[in-house]
Amino acid sequence: MAVGDAGASRNRLAVAGARATTKAMLRQQPRGDVIRNTLFAGLLLMAVAIALAGLFALLIQAFAKGSSALSLDLITNPPSTAFPEKAGYRPAIVGSLMLIAGVILFVIPVGIGAALYLEEYADKSRWWNKLIEVNIQNLAAVPSIIYGILGLAFIVRGPLDLGFILAAGSLTLALLVLPMVIIAAREAVRAVPDSIRQGSLALGATQWQTIRAQVLPASIPGIATGVILAVSRALGETAPLLLVGATVFVTFDPTPFGSDGYSAMPVQIFNYALRPQEEFQALAAAGIILMLVVLLAMNSFAIWLRNRYEQRW
Amino acid sequence: MSSGTAIAPEPAGGPPRRLQASSKRRGEKAIQWLLAFCGVLSVLTTTAIVASLIIPTIDFFNVVPIDEFLFGTDWSPQFEPPSFGVLAVVAGTLNVTFWGMLFAIPIGLGSAVYLSEYASPRVRKTLKPVLEILAGIPTVAIGFFAVSFILPEIIVPLWPNALLGGAAGKPFMALAAALGIGLMVVPIIASISEDAMSAVPRGLREGAYALGATKAKVAMRVVFPAALSGIVASVVLAISRAAGETMIVVLAAGSTPQFTLNPVEPIQAMTSYIATTATGDISTGSLDYRSVFAVGTVLFVMTLVMNVISIRLVRKYREVYD
Amino acid sequence: MTSSKWLAVLAFAAALALGVAACGSDDSSGSGGGGEDLSGSIRIDGSSTVAPLTEAVAEQFMAENSDVRVTVGTSGTGGGFEKFCAGETDISDASRAIEPEEIDACKKDGVGYQEVHVATDALTVMINNENPVACLTVDQLAAVWGADSKIDNWSEIPGLEENFDEDLALFGPGTDSGTFDYFTESINGEEGVTRKDYNNVGEDDNATVKGVEGSPGGMGYAGFSFYTENEGNLKALEVDNGKGCVPPAVETAQDGSYAPLSRPLFMYPSEQALQKPEVKAFISYYLENVNSVAESLGFVPLTDEQLEASEAAAAKIGA
Repeated sequence: MAVGDAGASRNRLAVAGARATTKAMLRQQPRGDVIRNTLFAGLLLMAVAIALAGLFALLIQAFAKGSSALSLDLITNPPSTAFPEKAGYRPAIVGSLMLIAGVILFVIPVGIGAALYLEEYADKSRWWNKLIEVNIQNLAAVPSIIYGILGLAFIVRGPLDLGFILAAGSLTLALLVLPMVIIAAREAVRAVPDSIRQGSLALGATQWQTIRAQVLPASIPGIATGVILAVSRALGETAPLLLVGATVFVTFDPTPFGSDGYSAMPVQIFNYALRPQEEFQALAAAGIILMLVVLLAMNSFAIWLRNRYEQRW
Repeated sequence: MSSGTAIAPEPAGGPPRRLQASSKRRGEKAIQWLLAFCGVLSVLTTTAIVASLIIPTIDFFNVVPIDEFLFGTDWSPQFEPPSFGVLAVVAGTLNVTFWGMLFAIPIGLGSAVYLSEYASPRVRKTLKPVLEILAGIPTVAIGFFAVSFILPEIIVPLWPNALLGGAAGKPFMALAAALGIGLMVVPIIASISEDAMSAVPRGLREGAYALGATKAKVAMRVVFPAALSGIVASVVLAISRAAGETMIVVLAAGSTPQFTLNPVEPIQAMTSYIATTATGDISTGSLDYRSVFAVGTVLFVMTLVMNVISIRLVRKYREVYD
Repeated sequence: MTSSKWLAVLAFAAALALGVAACGSDDSSGSGGGGEDLSGSIRIDGSSTVAPLTEAVAEQFMAENSDVRVTVGTSGTGGGFEKFCAGETDISDASRAIEPEEIDACKKDGVGYQEVHVATDALTVMINNENPVACLTVDQLAAVWGADSKIDNWSEIPGLEENFDEDLALFGPGTDSGTFDYFTESINGEEGVTRKDYNNVGEDDNATVKGVEGSPGGMGYAGFSFYTENEGNLKALEVDNGKGCVPPAVETAQDGSYAPLSRPLFMYPSEQALQKPEVKAFISYYLENVNSVAESLGFVPLTDEQLEASEAAAAKIGA
């Protein structure tokens, strides 16, 4: 696609803009203009206000409903049907931690590997590389429950037949967020200027040495940000886990390969939310507060990371 | 990007020299294959998804005629006698998505225009991350908010009783889920549209200002059309996310499949049907079980089509500024 | 920071997560002592109606026997039996008796079992406080809830004595629910047969309560506990099964006069599972404690004779 085309489009837009503006100017009454502009600005502000109001209402409601259940018990106690005052989230917390540990272990090597392949080695004109790219973009848009179906049919039963164990849930979540990591890693790798690579090759390094010593270190902050964002997505996912067996009533800490069942934070919250009694509703809200705090911390860390280590070439 | 086989120009009287190291480190090829495998994994995943959906779906169509499935409007697979018209749950998805987008598009675009054209840099720096927080909230939390707050405290008191059957006495309805979903996708629309608008060259704006245009004119007549591709892409992405959302619909929209777009009726969407049925009281291999995969196939195809459209749109308009 | 440092940070985070998990599991197995030296795992799955009962008993059991792990799943009565007959679970919770196909499946895989009655549930039909109707016959209920029912208003109910001109607002559980299965079978004659235009609350029976409370013409059905917990806010219909109007209550459910909506709840332990000492102990513990837990959860506890019969049944396969 030639540079001339971009220039032509830009000109076209500029001319259209100028024409519209001039037309409007010629037609306009100055007084109506002021009112119209204030109204417009007001509408925009209202849009922002509604969005913010929604966010704050959610946070406030969660706090209001859940504050009665907030205590250290929440983290240390197992769930309880008979004694909701003593109930907590402990197995779910441990389950979630193990799940995302598994996700990280899978997603870092495979995600970085795929990104490096696509950016450094792949000949973009080949059809198989195009196929991989298209697949990654499609997979990023597939609804999370479809990944649950994949997990149920392929990982829990089917070829891998792992059973309803935590590792299966972890693998399902990892596949869900892998496209995100690949896309973020590709951006990070792509941002490294070509001159760095050429310099390294000129000095006699092999391609892999160049990647390992120059490209990869420079792109780690971007990759880390992408991984953290993907992990926080995995932490909050409920639907796929429902299909791959995250049981609710688990009072002991789960193990990765144990077949006694496991649980996760969002699933536990979901099940408390379904129960009518006020105590369980409060527990659900308290769990939500817990998750929001953790996620906020993670996302802030990711943003700080991006700002602090963003390299300007 | 480097391909590793660059060739140096031929020096006077000698064979062409490659920029690749003359002594190949052991394992270069092996590493390349390993990395290639990581890439191929994505293709394998897609294949696995398609396979896991298609096989039970074909089994399903051995029992249920495909025209009853695709064109029927009564979805009651577990009633006696069962009926398998998928349009009811498709309508449920469309119902929630439509009303959700009706909320999210003005709010999202309004916020984007405000952030891009009206807000001072300091305001933008604080406001944008705050909106991003909305994007990071787990959907189960939004669903809980929708059913325990939006429905009883906002919809039921404010909705006129005479309109479309009224909202009173309904523990679940599409609108509650729709508003929750709308809230969830506002950051997607706002963020991507704002990025697109920021990418519009300043020169275009300044030219319009120089001609005496007001901020509103510049925003709507110059910047908005220029960033249209990114805006449209963000909307299509948001629609895709909204249609694929599960937990909010499960918690707030109910489980009554109805072929309606009425927002104050309880409905069942494709995603909520899959979620509640696959975890519930059905046995593997039964017709109900297979219906889950059939619905999953419809959902997968729908989001795939939307994704293809969105990629086309983005590619078509991205050329403008490259 | 160099790349190796970054990778170290991420690896450390992962290790930390696993470490917490490992420490966690140490704690749970080390705490409390007391109790016998029982250890092992017990897998229970099945009805979501019986599950709260089983969960509560299991919690108390695990508090006294900290090395035993009990998991309670809620795949539904049918899903539970499927897993049970495939040998994947030790005990199946059920809100209805085992069906012929399921009996065959168990026989095929050589799974021996015993039906143990653990509590009774009185399915309650609830109406709004403003509703003057006191009692409906089974036929009237079938007229309202039948598959082809066109009744939209209380005044259209055949043979209704009271004058109540309000639109019907129906609430009920979804097709996954044992409550749904039982109601449709007892009232409409066949499981799954019902009119389709009611407010389907899925598994959230509390929404039935809320819905009926909020609609003057509301009618909904759910388990007894949902009525008892909300007693001031709605009324329970008396049901006439041909022998007069009977209200849902502990006594009427126990003596069977509240018919056809009082249903027995069961637990099915497998013969194979009872080889494990922890399962044996659990079953006896269950029967010793079920009545106290049942009442607090809103179920109808067993009478003394019923309890004896259950203990005898359990003893039949070695409990």
